[in-house]
Amino acid sequence: MTTPVPPIPRTPAARLRWALADGWTVTRRDLTHWRHRPGDVAVALLFPVLMVLMFGYLLGGGIAVPGGGDYREFLMPGMFAMTMLFGIETTFAAVATDAARGVTDRFRSLPMAPSAVVTGRATADMTHSTLGLAVMIGCGLAVGWRSHGDAGDTLLAIALLLLLRLAFLWIGIYLGLLARGPESLAAVQILVWPVGFLSNAFVPTATMPAWLGTLAEWNPLSSTVTAVRALFGNPGTGDSWIAQHALPMAVAWPALLIAIFFPLSVRCYRRLDR
Amino acid sequence: MTFAVVAEELRKRYGDTEALAGFDLTVPEGTVHGLLGPNGAGKSTAVRILTTLLRADSGRAEVAGLDVATRGPEVRHRIGLVGQNAALDEILNGRQNLEMFGRLHHLGARQARARAADLLEQFALTDAENKPVGQYSGGMRRRLDLAAGMILMPAVLFLDEPTTGLDPRARAEVWESVRALVTTGTTVLLTTQYLEEADQLAGRVSVIDSGRTIANGTPDELKGMIGGDRIDLTLRDPRDMPAAAAALARVSTAEPHLDPDTRRISAPVRQRITALTEVVRALNEAAVTAEDIAVRRPTLDEVFLHLTGTAGTPQNPPRPDHHSHNGTEEAA
Repeated sequence: MTTPVPPIPRTPAARLRWALADGWTVTRRDLTHWRHRPGDVAVALLFPVLMVLMFGYLLGGGIAVPGGGDYREFLMPGMFAMTMLFGIETTFAAVATDAARGVTDRFRSLPMAPSAVVTGRATADMTHSTLGLAVMIGCGLAVGWRSHGDAGDTLLAIALLLLLRLAFLWIGIYLGLLARGPESLAAVQILVWPVGFLSNAFVPTATMPAWLGTLAEWNPLSSTVTAVRALFGNPGTGDSWIAQHALPMAVAWPALLIAIFFPLSVRCYRRLDR
Repeated sequence: MTFAVVAEELRKRYGDTEALAGFDLTVPEGTVHGLLGPNGAGKSTAVRILTTLLRADSGRAEVAGLDVATRGPEVRHRIGLVGQNAALDEILNGRQNLEMFGRLHHLGARQARARAADLLEQFALTDAENKPVGQYSGGMRRRLDLAAGMILMPAVLFLDEPTTGLDPRARAEVWESVRALVTTGTTVLLTTQYLEEADQLAGRVSVIDSGRTIANGTPDELKGMIGGDRIDLTLRDPRDMPAAAAALARVSTAEPHLDPDTRRISAPVRQRITALTEVVRALNEAAVTAEDIAVRRPTLDEVFLHLTGTAGTPQNPPRPDHHSHNGTEEAA
């Protein structure tokens, strides 16, 4: 046969080139999935829109925003964060399926950059979530939500949301590697929903029993939501200590999650053979 | 002789279980070697160590002349791994799968495309190249899986139970593909719990049990280990069993094994043709009608039973001569 064997990269620069090329190949694989399964992508993108309609119009009438203000203005930052949270399920399902099918093992047996499996996944999932966020912003604008902050604040709010998604990415990868099968998706959904609802995303924590409200305020999701509400100039930011420090906390929480779950994922990936 | 695979005293422990307990293996270049053993014998652990997916606790292994523990990236350049599951992307089509794996072998876009087209043709998948793999049949998946393991024409191809879960037709298709690969000079290490598979494909076989190699040889040598051929006799009338058994006992080297349910009698013999003539004459004298009479070599099933004292795993396909196991044990 005439297929030439490409040389093994020896220099750091060559290795980096391989890592980038391989990461892009893995990303492309996911982007090709979208083309093959546009329905799946549409459902994933439109599900949060459905939730906006449900909460904004069906349930929202009964919810008072502290300090006054429009409920849908209050809701949208919460929904943006929820969209990031749902990303855990996307990541989990993809990682768990690959691990169960042996695709991850095949990748590990190839002469490719080991990091590419993860960087490829991260790029694809972050792209997916950025698109999801764009759809939600469009949806928000359609139901009367506005960012009242300046361009810098608005961009910072979007960056904070994506940072939260990056933190959830590692949780998704870790759980996906741990589960070794996509069947446990239901279990992850059971985990995701209480985390989503036990926060200030849908209702002000002031309406909850005191201890539950405190718990909800210390939910990492809530810090991002509060920070984003403040940056967008949306109502209902609250006045507890953690709410007052929402902006640094919206950086600190994801940083902490990444500090925990990134090494855990790497360790789990290396020990996949167990 | 150059060895494509060498393993010396490999050990691997998971908690309380010793998956490999001093595993040895040598596979000469350009041969097909079967690693035969039941579920949990350590076959997959051995393959995972040899393909750099797993690190051994101790021992040493070389693949294509390279130490798997210290030269992993180079080893990965020279091997192909076809695991127990068809490790493919179900949503992508066949061509896209092969192109992706080609790119991950750093072939470059154009070469990856050309190689994918070659392989699709070689494995008779060109017609299905645009179908999502999720719609492939079991046999097609395995063929695509094999193709994906052959992208760089590996020096050593590891096939870990390549036909587990396939129906007989798909299994035959995969066997045909593997035979075709062997002609290209690739060394193949095949793990299987199907004894027939090792018999069909492998030039040499290592029998592995509880993480250790317990026998090596050609399939014929292994069969020879349990001593000679066997005569299988199927009767028309079960009432003839005692008379037929007596006739067979005159030539057999051990007590014949009777299975009333299938009306079968089986016994080991030495001189195959003389024995057969003798049995036919004795049956005539006793006026016993045989429905079927055959001399056969022992199966690898029986070899395995002889070596390990336990029957093959329940996943083995049902075999007509399964019931002769007890007789074999007595013969041993």
